[in-house]
Amino acid sequence: MTPLAAAANENLAQISNYLIYSSMAVYTLAFFAHIAEWTFGSRSKVARTAAALTGSAQERAAAAPAVQVRGKGGSTAVLDQPKVVTRSAAGTRDVPDGPGAGGGTVQGDLYGRIAISLTALAFLIEAGGVLARAMSVQRAPWGNMYEFSITFSTVAVGTYLALLALKKNVRWLGLILVTSVLLDLGIAVKILYTDSDQLVPALHSYWLWIHVSTAIFCGAVFYIGAAGAVLYLFRDAYEGRIANGRTAGKFYASVMERLPSAASLDKFSYRINAAVFPLWTFTIIAGAIWAGDAWGRYWNWDPKEVWSFVTWVAYACYLHARATAGWKGRKAAYLALFAFACWIWNYYGVNMFLNGLHSYSGV
Amino acid sequence: MSTTDKAPTGASPESAAADATSATDPAIDSAAADAAADAAEAVAGAQLSTAPLDDGPSGPAVGIGVIGWARWFWRQLTSMRVALILLFLLSLGAIPGSLIPQSNVDEMKVADWKRTHASWVTVADNLQLFDVYSSVWFSAIYLLLFISLVGCILPRSWQFVGQLRGRPPAAPKRLDRLPAHTTWRTGKTPDEVLSYATAVLRGRRFRTEAGKGHVAAEKGYLREAGNLIFHVALIVMLVAFAWGQYFKSEGGKLVLRGTGFSNTLTQYDDFKAGTLFHPDDLPPFSFTLDRFDATYEMSGPQKGTPRDFKAYVTFSEGADGKPEKREIQVNKPLQVDGSKVYLLGHGYAPILSVTDPTGKVIYKDAVPMLPQDSNLTSTGAVKVTDGYKDKDGKAEQLGFNAVFVPSYAGEGMGTMFSQFPALLQPRLMLNAWHGSLGVDSGLPQNVYVLKTDKMQSFKDESGEPFKQKLKVGDTMTLPNGAGTVKFEGIERWATFSVTHQPGSGLALAGAIAAIAGLAGSLFIQRRRIWVRAVAGPDGVTVVEMAGLGRSESTRLPQELAALAAALHQQAPTAPAALAEPRVEETPEGERG
Ligand code: HEM
Repeated sequence: MTPLAAAANENLAQISNYLIYSSMAVYTLAFFAHIAEWTFGSRSKVARTAAALTGSAQERAAAAPAVQVRGKGGSTAVLDQPKVVTRSAAGTRDVPDGPGAGGGTVQGDLYGRIAISLTALAFLIEAGGVLARAMSVQRAPWGNMYEFSITFSTVAVGTYLALLALKKNVRWLGLILVTSVLLDLGIAVKILYTDSDQLVPALHSYWLWIHVSTAIFCGAVFYIGAAGAVLYLFRDAYEGRIANGRTAGKFYASVMERLPSAASLDKFSYRINAAVFPLWTFTIIAGAIWAGDAWGRYWNWDPKEVWSFVTWVAYACYLHARATAGWKGRKAAYLALFAFACWIWNYYGVNMFLNGLHSYSGV
Repeated sequence: MSTTDKAPTGASPESAAADATSATDPAIDSAAADAAADAAEAVAGAQLSTAPLDDGPSGPAVGIGVIGWARWFWRQLTSMRVALILLFLLSLGAIPGSLIPQSNVDEMKVADWKRTHASWVTVADNLQLFDVYSSVWFSAIYLLLFISLVGCILPRSWQFVGQLRGRPPAAPKRLDRLPAHTTWRTGKTPDEVLSYATAVLRGRRFRTEAGKGHVAAEKGYLREAGNLIFHVALIVMLVAFAWGQYFKSEGGKLVLRGTGFSNTLTQYDDFKAGTLFHPDDLPPFSFTLDRFDATYEMSGPQKGTPRDFKAYVTFSEGADGKPEKREIQVNKPLQVDGSKVYLLGHGYAPILSVTDPTGKVIYKDAVPMLPQDSNLTSTGAVKVTDGYKDKDGKAEQLGFNAVFVPSYAGEGMGTMFSQFPALLQPRLMLNAWHGSLGVDSGLPQNVYVLKTDKMQSFKDESGEPFKQKLKVGDTMTLPNGAGTVKFEGIERWATFSVTHQPGSGLALAGAIAAIAGLAGSLFIQRRRIWVRAVAGPDGVTVVEMAGLGRSESTRLPQELAALAAALHQQAPTAPAALAEPRVEETPEGERG
């Protein structure tokens, strides 16, 4: 590399750092906007869960979901269209989704929207930071743990924003996501930071693009699935409590009431996990092919390989649990969390504490 | 088309039935009608999957004896519940192998671990914790899992083939109790509606079956096929791995620049092979290492990190193939007839010449040194086995313990540790010994280590062991005129591993099939739609549509809505019906 180009690259690396710090600032603003959303939302008096689980039949009927189906014309004037009525799944409580963090209040909703706009802005800045980093090293920005971490949170937020754009009901995820992204970035810049640099020869391969990008993507999406599973466990406990005629603390109830129903969270978590599982399978196979090229062995039970395998089997276990009577619900959710814990350990723990052929953490 | 509801979870057959009981209003339905409807619905939902029904463990019927128990055991083993437990055990069982060093990966680390965890060694040995992945207990888990898998997949496949030839089951009596339902009244006759419905459903590639006053339709058989393919692919992959394990071979060879290697068993420094491997399986080829290049990061915090390794070889295939120039890089092995030649490592070999007391050169060779750290601080041994006679004419052997550093820190700047992996300031430290090297004992010897138990160290004037640090070109004169050693220069070497892994093509095919099958299994839904059209008491036709799926998706009501809209275009709502309160026909009305 010529000195001139090296200087230009150092500049880019600097720019990347500024962008990452700026995105952290904007994520922090988004965090406060979400807090405001939850705070204003707590003033709402909506308690649909309690009404659905303990209220009269009248209220239950109001809660039953119904779909108005319209023809191509799509205007409300066409009243003569068939109407699809849906029923809740077996074994689940017939509970409507909460109104969201804003609790249906105007102010809460406004802050929620501000928070999402700020998150989108921070996402763009962060993505710029990742891009600048990639340009500064003239390769895929996935050579060490700092680079994984900044890419990881960018992808997680990107997935969340994409789901929002697809009109999926994921606004409840906002606060948790922004908080953990701040945590991830904090760890990245404080502990994992590595100056931008070239790769060791074993990483010179187009498999880097394939294997590492899908690995990071899967992790980011599994993270969202795991967040759904955790909230499911809380919300399910809450619904169980109410259904048993017990009451809950005011703050706890206020937060829980605004979340989607346990059934919705459970389904959300399942769909997310099921959707990325084939990609995770592919990631492991791509890794094996790469290992075959780099080290002459497809599978060597290197710690990183062991934990990818453990994660994979744990998710397979989770999918089986969902299809097995008596294992649906909470037990399956625990398995999903176990599987995600394996993923996280593989990501941080194995790089830092167990050394194998994959030790390139740069720490 | 807009749907804004909370999506229903697709109900599995048995659970749909359970749901039906829990959510109906007794004021309208008598219990008996309820039960009948449940039964009908269970039939409607039956066989949406070939998954075994898990009724939980139940003991074998009394008095059936050995066969009964065997049957019971087999049923348990092939149940979903046991598959789940075995899968979980497999994931837990794989963990220790990442925490404790494994002897098939690194014997040295295992020895280290045993030293530092002395009190655990017996326990760990007994539990085969140093060979987790070939241990009895780990093998037991995965073998049981795969027996279970085969036992599960065969009957499911037959059942699935049967289903492929079967027809969608007749509509349940009460369509409004299914997860998604819609109804309207139309001026068309029931027969017209049903023939439109058949056309609409066929147009969307549903398999349809006309029944009495209704059409039944089903779609998404690929889901089941995908699932079966996935599980079969897992078996294929295991077979491929086992095959590879038995027939594989893997050999390592250190090659000095300018020298060659030909692929026969005797040429390898070390060689491992599966139990069914035969030496004739080695493909004939040879190569010479012409040049080896390594570049390193020259500055910054990652100074010394390797950036690029390249070996340039002259390669010829077969017994008398034409020589060609090739390059081998870390990620780019050379492929020969099912084998691959990998570049694994590299290092330095100081060239030394030794003269005897008369000044005659009795030894000249490049001696490879073994790298000890990432900056290539290397150690080795020089062994002069033949031709040396001491001052008194007595035949003896010479040996030198050597430490080589490619980049010496400088005089007074610490010990013999290299500061950088490239040859910036190479130094060689030699410790001289004489006596018997012990190489004639017939036992194989480590070429990098000097066995000094039958040797004496040369002593300097003050009686200390004689040693000297040399630059390239320096000559070391042994005490008492015992001869000289000259550091002539430095040669490079590279290590290659030649591996032959049969079955990897099969494993790859299995892997691809597994991913494709999985995608089919997780993204496709199997679902049924029923359309019923009957003439009402007033002569107006009542159309009812309902859907049932077993996987969890929001798409079922959306799909039903789309189908209903399509059918509605051809069988629009009868004008007279508009005035009537439709709400009566929905469960909402019932519940209210
Ligand atoms: C290496 C072991 C196995 C792995 C990695 C594995 C993985 C999977 C995966 C990922 C699914 C998809 C789940 C879904 O469709 O939601 C699945 C489904 C299924 N597996 Fe396995 N499986 C294994 C062994 C077994 C065994 C031993 C059995 C039989 C006892 C079995 C029976 C089934 C059945 C019946 C389904 C379909 C469930 C449904 O239709 O929803 N699997 N498996």
